[in-house]
Amino acid sequence: MQRMVFQRILIGIVTLWVVSVLVFLMTNALPGDVAQIVLGQSATPESLAAYRAERGLDQPLLFQYFGWLGDMLTGNLGTSKAGGATISSLIAGRLGNTMFLAALVAVISVPLSVALGLLAAMYPGTWIDRALTFGTLALISVPDFFIATFAVLFLAVNLGWLPAIANVAPENTFWEMARGIAMPLIVLVIVVAAQMIRMTRAGILNVMNSPYIEMAILKGVRRKRIILRHAFFNTIGPIVNVIALNLAYLVSGVVIVETIFSYPGLAKLMIDGVQTRDLPLVQACAMIFCGTYVVLIILADVAAILANPRLRNPK
Amino acid sequence: MTDTTQSEMTDNDQEKTIYDELPDAPPKKTLKLTWTGKLGVVVVAFWVIMAVIGPWVAPYDQAEILDMDSYLPPGAEIDGGGTHWLGSDKNERDILSRIMWGARMTVGISFIATLLAYMLGVTAGIAAAVKKGWTDMILSRINDAILSLPTIMLGLLIVVALGSSIPILIFTAAVIYASSVYRIARAYGQEIMVMDYVESAQARGETIWWIIFREVLPNAAMPLATDFGLRLVFVVLFISSLSFLGLGIQPPNADWGSMVRGNLEAMQFAEGFGAWAPIWPALAIASFTIAINLIVDDISAKSGGDLAKKMI
Repeated sequence: MQRMVFQRILIGIVTLWVVSVLVFLMTNALPGDVAQIVLGQSATPESLAAYRAERGLDQPLLFQYFGWLGDMLTGNLGTSKAGGATISSLIAGRLGNTMFLAALVAVISVPLSVALGLLAAMYPGTWIDRALTFGTLALISVPDFFIATFAVLFLAVNLGWLPAIANVAPENTFWEMARGIAMPLIVLVIVVAAQMIRMTRAGILNVMNSPYIEMAILKGVRRKRIILRHAFFNTIGPIVNVIALNLAYLVSGVVIVETIFSYPGLAKLMIDGVQTRDLPLVQACAMIFCGTYVVLIILADVAAILANPRLRNPK
Repeated sequence: MTDTTQSEMTDNDQEKTIYDELPDAPPKKTLKLTWTGKLGVVVVAFWVIMAVIGPWVAPYDQAEILDMDSYLPPGAEIDGGGTHWLGSDKNERDILSRIMWGARMTVGISFIATLLAYMLGVTAGIAAAVKKGWTDMILSRINDAILSLPTIMLGLLIVVALGSSIPILIFTAAVIYASSVYRIARAYGQEIMVMDYVESAQARGETIWWIIFREVLPNAAMPLATDFGLRLVFVVLFISSLSFLGLGIQPPNADWGSMVRGNLEAMQFAEGFGAWAPIWPALAIASFTIAINLIVDDISAKSGGDLAKKMI
């Protein structure tokens, strides 16, 4: 088992490296002159040359890559195009906000969706199951911004309970912070939970097909007991896997939600960077998001390995 | 000669009918849709037709500025005569007409991108399954790299590198979603390549192309076709999300994702149902994607009749 986990982590590290190559190539080998794009049309030839020399753009691509990778690993992320602030300082402020939001979403959505998924699996075919399956199907098939737009329309415009813009600043009181973060939180919880509920339900119903459950049914064990005592414990592995995968899905969820609510997080920073074509900034943000995603997927795989007794206790 | 074929055929037919009457005969593969599935078919057909004829049946042009006021509520009269059935948008354009024009962009582009993703993914996937060895190794590693990134991040990176135009959007979506098609096509390809009928074809000395076109592709076609619907939903969501972020289809082209974004401020400033300006295009996207999912759900529900279902 240790070998498998170790192998999985090794593959993860290789993937992270491939991701870094992809991010570097995509943003650096773009058509046209990087210096021209970063400095804009009005740059003089002297300033272009100076920029190239400073960033090492006149060196071969391979040299540039290793220089860039070294900078990334040591936290020296360069300076932003706008304002000239260092990227690490820009990111430091935003990263905390995004992590806070993501952590809250995880804490609320995980127990909620496991409970609802179990409920749907316990009473398959009843109205409660039908409502949950149809509702979650509808929710996962619409874009994230659809849910966000509706939340704004009802909670902010029609009812006036919550502000439409997430105004989160350090000087705000706790109550103001809570109101500000409520809307992005609600939308992300809905988006993530819908998927998790469906997968939890499917996981349990899948286990229900195995011979030992059939045996329990034939023995006359009550259905509630079968699901809670027999099926649930054998589904924990897949469920943990699903949770990790869906938290990875949060990475794309935050991009939309932070944009629509102007939540001052990392994704908003990245989108602003994309719009102004601020390459170093986009590279740094992309590496953080992709890195998190890869790490969560590795965790999902390791959880699946640990949860499978056949892999845990080899002969 | 003709006679023999005739009698053989009747023999075959008879055999088939007898076989069908056996108690453990496999279930007949007739596709019966439930009412939700039928509703899905109707909605999808409606939008596909709209993508073709939308610009001709729309009351106004997508870029035509009609009034002096933005965010008029649905049913408002236009100065020169006529009605805004769904209200007007930020730039005093007719929302209904823009949704009809937008069907071509959103549905059309997504459809082309999905088709392209299938062509890329199935070709590479079958090639990997048939050739094995280094081809499989290299293709699978490239694929893993693409799959290891969140799709929206990949989209953002490509847009920041290449800019945003319709061909680039189609290409981006096709490459990203080809990777998941590749996985499925490769899995089915590998499964089929070890079947007895493929082995006997190889023993007969059939060429590799004959095996691909006569054995592998026909047998993988049905599961791949079911998957097409789901993939199309993902592509619609991806492209409209990029448009929503302002990085997808660019104005003045009407497109549902950017229409939501462009009219978002209506919810704070407009009065009454004028505030619904971003809701209508969002509903158009939702109706299309939910409808596809309803059809796919109906088809995949047919597979399986297990004990858990009987317990109900």
